[in-house]
Amino acid sequence: MRRGFQVRVVGPQDWILYPALIALALTVVFGTPARLFGLALPEPVFPMVLAFAWPLIRPSILGPLALLLCGLFLDLMWGGTLGLWAVVMLGVYGVILAVRGLILGQDTLVLFFWYAGATFVAYAVAWTFVTLDAGSPPSLVGGFLQMAATMALFPVANYLIERFDDGDVRFR
Amino acid sequence: MTFRDGPFENFKVPLVWTAAVAVVVAGVVAVLLLVTDKRESLTAEGYGGVRSGFDRVAAPAGGVLSAPVRWTGRGSDWISGYFFAVSENRKLKKQLEEMQALRDANIALKNTNDRYERLLGIRTEPAIRMATARAVSESRGPFANARLIDAGSRKGIRIGNPVVNEHGLVGRVVGVTSGVSRVLLLTDVASRTPVLVDRSDARAILVGDGGRNPRLEFIRGQGTIKAGDRIMTSGDGGVFPRGLPVGVAAKGIDGRWRVKLFSDAGAIDYVRILLFQSFDQLVDPAALEAPPLAGLETAPPPSPELTARIEAVAPARREAGATPPPAARPAPATVTMAPAPAPAARTSTPARAQGTTTSAPAAATAPRKANPTPSPARKSSAPARRPDGTPTRPVPYNRLPGGTP
Repeated sequence: MRRGFQVRVVGPQDWILYPALIALALTVVFGTPARLFGLALPEPVFPMVLAFAWPLIRPSILGPLALLLCGLFLDLMWGGTLGLWAVVMLGVYGVILAVRGLILGQDTLVLFFWYAGATFVAYAVAWTFVTLDAGSPPSLVGGFLQMAATMALFPVANYLIERFDDGDVRFR
Repeated sequence: MTFRDGPFENFKVPLVWTAAVAVVVAGVVAVLLLVTDKRESLTAEGYGGVRSGFDRVAAPAGGVLSAPVRWTGRGSDWISGYFFAVSENRKLKKQLEEMQALRDANIALKNTNDRYERLLGIRTEPAIRMATARAVSESRGPFANARLIDAGSRKGIRIGNPVVNEHGLVGRVVGVTSGVSRVLLLTDVASRTPVLVDRSDARAILVGDGGRNPRLEFIRGQGTIKAGDRIMTSGDGGVFPRGLPVGVAAKGIDGRWRVKLFSDAGAIDYVRILLFQSFDQLVDPAALEAPPLAGLETAPPPSPELTARIEAVAPARREAGATPPPAARPAPATVTMAPAPAPAARTSTPARAQGTTTSAPAAATAPRKANPTPSPARKSSAPARRPDGTPTRPVPYNRLPGGTP
């Protein structure tokens, strides 16, 4: 007798809602003023992973809206200029969406270069805006350290892409 | 006829286009927020209700989510303390030896300083009330350096209050709710703090840039600063009180003067908030409004017995007054023991002198002669008298308005 099997539909909650909530929760956890062996915790921009992975997984209306909310959350959480990270991450999303045809199906190393490049441009934009807004340039060293911590999250972005890009055959 | 059955039956909008439209819409919203944000103003209006509401929710949630990290941090502190106990002990012993000498010198200097302050009538600022709080969240990035602390307006905290830890100045409060406040650190790119160099009294502005060591800009004078100079708040502008320790001057790798912050010496987990708004709050408005001699007490009206005695000796006084003074008698000089100038602790104006002081009193140097009639101008240890003969009570300086006991 042939037994039926259940097909689990991968919905937006799987690749948008839950990853976004996890990213925000990690932001809160890494914002703890604790020191481990005298060193402060790193402070990467976790939602940057989503801004890179979501347009590659599939184009969506919910993605940009979720990124807008994530960016505003970061600004409110960190006490920065409201809208800064939303603009930066939406910029990353838009650029990757425009060139997704070039990136899809490429080797992991190529993906990493695209991720690193997008992160670098995002930080350059943020650095320029903050310089103009505050009238004083932020520390390049501090910016580089946070950018490096954010780039180190590429394996997570790669995992999300590999996990979800084939989740819906309609978007192949 | 439904929409699908019409001419748009086979019309499908590419998903990339819809996503692009969503990006544009969200981007416009974000840009509008970015342009209209007034964070740099560091005022209550600039902070806004959205931030306040978020802080109110984020602080307890952050406290719960970050609990495991705090426990881990305490564990790592315990392990570090265990392995580095010997070296730490040696370092502390050395510091203790240095501090004992400094303590003795400090006691002697404080004693001398107190006496000078009393003699000169220097306006001393009263102690500022403080509130204690714990940091529940922080941001360390290059574009924002701030902390959330679990104390707010219920404890009297207001926007602008300076925040210190046990080592030195941390920052100032830029947002307040009833139970949570946000502290802008000295290292934030929007932070500007008026400071002075302790050795040369040169003024400068401490400018945060997101790094650990903020820059010193607008340093007045040439050669007024050198490596190792102690930096403290100058009090200019009235945001911070003068004299809060900030850090030590050091030359950065970019050739600019920077400050190694004292507050970095330890974790900024527990902080104290100085409930200081401006120098105005150190002044008692009632004392400023009071007339200068409002604190003087007047003698009670004379009793009948005293009136009778005064009237009894009045004819003798009148006769004595009619007698011409001897020619050889030196001119009387007015010598009044001037009380020490009042230290106007609660007034912004210097205390008035309470009497006329002559540095070379003639009567004090002239030979004394017998004078049966007591003269009110005569220098003596007896209390001064009013024209009606009643003695006046000397008013101690600390009874004057603004005086300190």
